[in-house]
Amino acid sequence: MAYTKRLNGRKNDETREIEAKVGVIKRADGSSYFKMGNTIAYAAVYGPRNLYPRFLQNPEKGILRCNYNMMPFSSSGERVRPGGSRRSKEISLVTGKALLPVLDLDEYPNSVVDVFIELPQTEAGSRCAGICAASMALADAGLLMKDLIAAVSVGKVDNQLLVDLDYSEEAYEDGDVADIPIAMMPNFEKITLIQMDGEMTKDELRKLIEMAKKACKNIYSIMNKALKEKYEVERE
Amino acid sequence: MNGELKNHVTKLLSADTRLDGRKPEDFRNPIRVDYDVVKTAEGSAKVTIGETEVFAGVKMEVGEPYPDVPEQGTIIVGAELLPLSNPDFELGPPGIQATELARVVDRGIRESKALDFKELCIEEGKKVWLVLIDICTLNDAGNLIDASALAALAALKSTRFPKYDGEKIDYREKTSKKLNVRKEPIAVTVCKISDSFIVDPTTEEEKVIDSRLTVTSEADGTLCALQKGDDQPLTSDDILKMIDIGLEKAKELRKAL
Repeated sequence: MAYTKRLNGRKNDETREIEAKVGVIKRADGSSYFKMGNTIAYAAVYGPRNLYPRFLQNPEKGILRCNYNMMPFSSSGERVRPGGSRRSKEISLVTGKALLPVLDLDEYPNSVVDVFIELPQTEAGSRCAGICAASMALADAGLLMKDLIAAVSVGKVDNQLLVDLDYSEEAYEDGDVADIPIAMMPNFEKITLIQMDGEMTKDELRKLIEMAKKACKNIYSIMNKALKEKYEVERE
Repeated sequence: MNGELKNHVTKLLSADTRLDGRKPEDFRNPIRVDYDVVKTAEGSAKVTIGETEVFAGVKMEVGEPYPDVPEQGTIIVGAELLPLSNPDFELGPPGIQATELARVVDRGIRESKALDFKELCIEEGKKVWLVLIDICTLNDAGNLIDASALAALAALKSTRFPKYDGEKIDYREKTSKKLNVRKEPIAVTVCKISDSFIVDPTTEEEKVIDSRLTVTSEADGTLCALQKGDDQPLTSDDILKMIDIGLEKAKELRKAL
């Protein structure tokens, strides 16, 4: 049977429900909570702080280090072994690359900004949730940023072009599935992360990028609101 | 290095108060247990003590029993001091502190016989349930041991078996069968600073602790595990006094369950 209507009842361009908060981890310099459907990400930012060992330091500007980690009980399958996998290393890498373009670390030579992303519960779209959480935590830490980074996965299930695939869609068996995580600077419409698993035509990709742009602008407004809310409360 | 801080804390304690205004034997507020916070786990809880927050999650697996106890399943406790929870924690395999934490939590559950390991047997000598308990710190504002032990116990209490057809586990379907938690071991860490005893230390206080004793006890006051930590020795009178405090404060933590 063709995939004509989403099993989860969403419209094709509709994301799962999003919840965003900042300042949730008191010890961190900046922190956030980002929930998208059943995927939950926390992010904490420490720094800019001195970077050791010293040979890693860059005397011209600060560096950004990201670490993506799934908690051992966060997968709907077997326990995830702690300590990082090839997958989590790659996600850590592309997360850093996704965030760096909005940061200006020129003023922090020899320093590091550490971003730790932890997922207690996941169900598809975890790297995108992690990137959204990280971007909010960086803003919460007061770092100079020219935009936030919003991220969402778009894709194709059977012949439908969809935003924010959930588990049932990623695991759809009666047709082809392609999944494209995208991160962007919503105010500049620039893409800072794109990956793709699966097959599709160039025209489908073009349409999906447009859908991602729209979704990212919506996510941006939710993140923006969460950041402002924290300071509303503090002003009282 | 923390000499001045220690003098200050000691002076406050001699006036029966602490850096944050608490009495020596006061826990911070709130003490809160939130159950089933992680849907992907078979059981989970988040514990908040003051600003300290800890997740515990349970995953169930089927494995082979140890050859010496072919009719028993077992628990495996892991702890991760996540670098997001404290600026001093680093990435990498569990260090000494994380290992001690996991083992202290393990001991309380194991030795109180909170779980009857025989009930975890599926097929003697071949298949038993393994209860994998993982602790992940979210914010370390002090006293991770007590928060972690409480979170692990709460996670066990919320655990339901996944569907198992004798061959493989369907983690997407939980049965209504709950893990039978027969005892509720509560850990209270009592710390000695100079000549005073405190509970529930903050990060600042942890820097100046001379000695600590984690007292794990059951609802009826039976002791089931102890762990002495830090550098200075204790007298037997110290230990008995610390146990009294530990037993008394356990009642308070128990109410949060």
